[in-house]
Amino acid sequence: MSDKFQFSRRDVLSHGGNIVAAGTLFSLLPTLASAAKTVTVGFIYVGPRQDFGWNQSHWDAARKVAKIKGIKVVEQENVPETAEVEKVMQSMIELDGAKVIFGTSFGYWKSIKKMAKKYPNVLFTHIGAIWKSGDPKNVIGYRGYTEEPHYLCGIAAGRMSKTGKIGFIGSKPLYFIYNNCNGFVLGARSIRPDLTCNVVLTGEWNNPVKEAETTNSLIDKGCDVIIANVDSPKVSVETCERRGVFSCGYHSDLSSLAPKGFLTGAEWNWASGAEFVRAFTTGKPYPNLKRGGFKDDMVGLSPFGAAVPQKVRDEILSAKQGFVDDKLKIYQGPLKDNKGNEILKAGQVISNTDIKFKLGVRFFVEGVAG
Amino acid sequence: MFGSTFNNGLEAVVINAAALILTLAGFGVFVALFGHNPLDVFYILYLGAFATQLSIENTLTQSAPLMLTALCTAIPARAGLLVIGGEGALVVGGVATVLVGVHLGHLPPWAGVLIMGLAGSIAGGLWIGAAGALRQYRGVNETIATLLMNYIAIAIMSHLVSGPIRDFDQVLKTSSWSIPESLMVSTVPGLDVHWGLAVGVATCVILYVIMRQTTFGFGVDILGGNPRAAQMAGLPINRMVLVCCFIGGAGAGLAGTMEIIAVHGFASESLVVGFGYAGILIAFLARQNPAAIIIVAILVGGISASGGLMQRRFDLPDATAAVLQGMLFVMVLASNTAYGRFKIFQLKAN
Repeated sequence: MSDKFQFSRRDVLSHGGNIVAAGTLFSLLPTLASAAKTVTVGFIYVGPRQDFGWNQSHWDAARKVAKIKGIKVVEQENVPETAEVEKVMQSMIELDGAKVIFGTSFGYWKSIKKMAKKYPNVLFTHIGAIWKSGDPKNVIGYRGYTEEPHYLCGIAAGRMSKTGKIGFIGSKPLYFIYNNCNGFVLGARSIRPDLTCNVVLTGEWNNPVKEAETTNSLIDKGCDVIIANVDSPKVSVETCERRGVFSCGYHSDLSSLAPKGFLTGAEWNWASGAEFVRAFTTGKPYPNLKRGGFKDDMVGLSPFGAAVPQKVRDEILSAKQGFVDDKLKIYQGPLKDNKGNEILKAGQVISNTDIKFKLGVRFFVEGVAG
Repeated sequence: MFGSTFNNGLEAVVINAAALILTLAGFGVFVALFGHNPLDVFYILYLGAFATQLSIENTLTQSAPLMLTALCTAIPARAGLLVIGGEGALVVGGVATVLVGVHLGHLPPWAGVLIMGLAGSIAGGLWIGAAGALRQYRGVNETIATLLMNYIAIAIMSHLVSGPIRDFDQVLKTSSWSIPESLMVSTVPGLDVHWGLAVGVATCVILYVIMRQTTFGFGVDILGGNPRAAQMAGLPINRMVLVCCFIGGAGAGLAGTMEIIAVHGFASESLVVGFGYAGILIAFLARQNPAAIIIVAILVGGISASGGLMQRRFDLPDATAAVLQGMLFVMVLASNTAYGRFKIFQLKAN
């Protein structure tokens, strides 16, 4: 059971192969695929693509990419992070003739790297932005700074909250969840310095029952604006609407779920990956690693809900412009964590693109309870 | 004697083939309701599952873990237990593999892989064996116990990978430490399918021989057929149940090992994708026969493998493959009542 037993597919086919009929058909396929002139782009989702959440944010991108002339999109949903995803990629490349693959789940990373080595003429993108030098050149990692739209949600929360208490539901203790939460709280406290935020981590990406319970218990504690950083915030947003409190969205546009209480939401703009497709198919250079916020159009803000007055909308939009112009910074001193430890001294400012700092964030800022 | 065995075999083949044809007919009606030509869909089904080397590799990759998790239900079922804990045993096996594997970087690969395989199977075996012991000595229903133990296993893993054995360098999801790269296994020679397939086939064949050709296997069949008779015959019932549970759990645990050493390299929630539950289906379709598990797993793997292509070519929902699987399951179970009803098989037997 070691590497020395490895044969390439070509070896096997040239020696007749044990499945002759299969081999014949297989050799026909590339001709079928190349007959089409359009570029085929494959999207692979880990869950259902209409989940009002993470997968939908990618489906939104797929629909935008599909509108580009000369591009055909093929999609497959509910693909687990196992050996299956490798086979799905191969099937898309060899049976559908895909030239670009969007792998939209964290756990696809290993498989993407493996397939990229096997198919050097195909471009692969991954949503983790963890490409390192030495990884295959036909792989792109890209990811938006969602803490920026969370900051804007925080401003909305700070203006709209009556109790001065807001709630954040997180999934797992990961760096971007900390950053999103901190962005939300810092945004809110930029409006109301005495505001507090109750934080609960459910420990799971997808557990609607727990999310509903957590939302209810936060409301019972007096929180009147809630944002949920889980795979699909649908349940939380709907629960808020039923209980008559405000909610903010995450991942994709959830405004239709809560016509009364929806404020705004933090969205990804994965469609920014279309530029990689264009560069790749025209032979132009592309980055292997791209992170960005509003400045690079890699994140977005959901449409405002009816409850948000024009004055607040203007305030939020001008803060958004602050991110675009790189004038507004999320982490700036003096800053303490919620245990009273000093994180930044007065005058210290962390750039919005300081990924080293952000990857190391494992604290909640002052104002966070729980 | 030979004639009767042959006729029984023929009866099984005819009945199962009829069930398969009826399933396809029903599925044809289903896709026709969605406005697709059933023949086109059948072609894509064939293309995605068996038509090209890539499709066959896809099918076999899908079926590899299912062969092992199916054993978790099939072997205890032969002794009369309904165990549905394959999912949990797989997770426990995977975690044990990682816990042992991270310390084995200095060993030659064959030794490391062997030890990890043992660790995974023993952990899975003890996990389901515990459910067997609860049943024999404490009267706890093994079906409920193993179902709940699935959740316990997943919770234990989630706890471990988000704390005690978490690898903080994996920033995107909570994952455990990785086993050394030198201990990862590659693919079966000549096929782009990982070694889990060979392990699965070999395990099924070995267990087929054990359950068919040994006194132990014969005793288990007596126990499964009539526990009272087995007791009267003086068979060591408790021990046999425990051994069957251990073997079944070891199968699923080994599936966990293979997922770690051939696919992931570390434990994470990616281990929990329903292989254990799919195994229950396969065990029943194979009527708890380890050799038949191989064939059924490949058939079910083929359905999953072509499910993706059906999605992409016809824009059918992902659940379409599940509908086909469900129809097949119902048809095969329903066809079980047909055994012994057709005179043609009985007449020749006499």
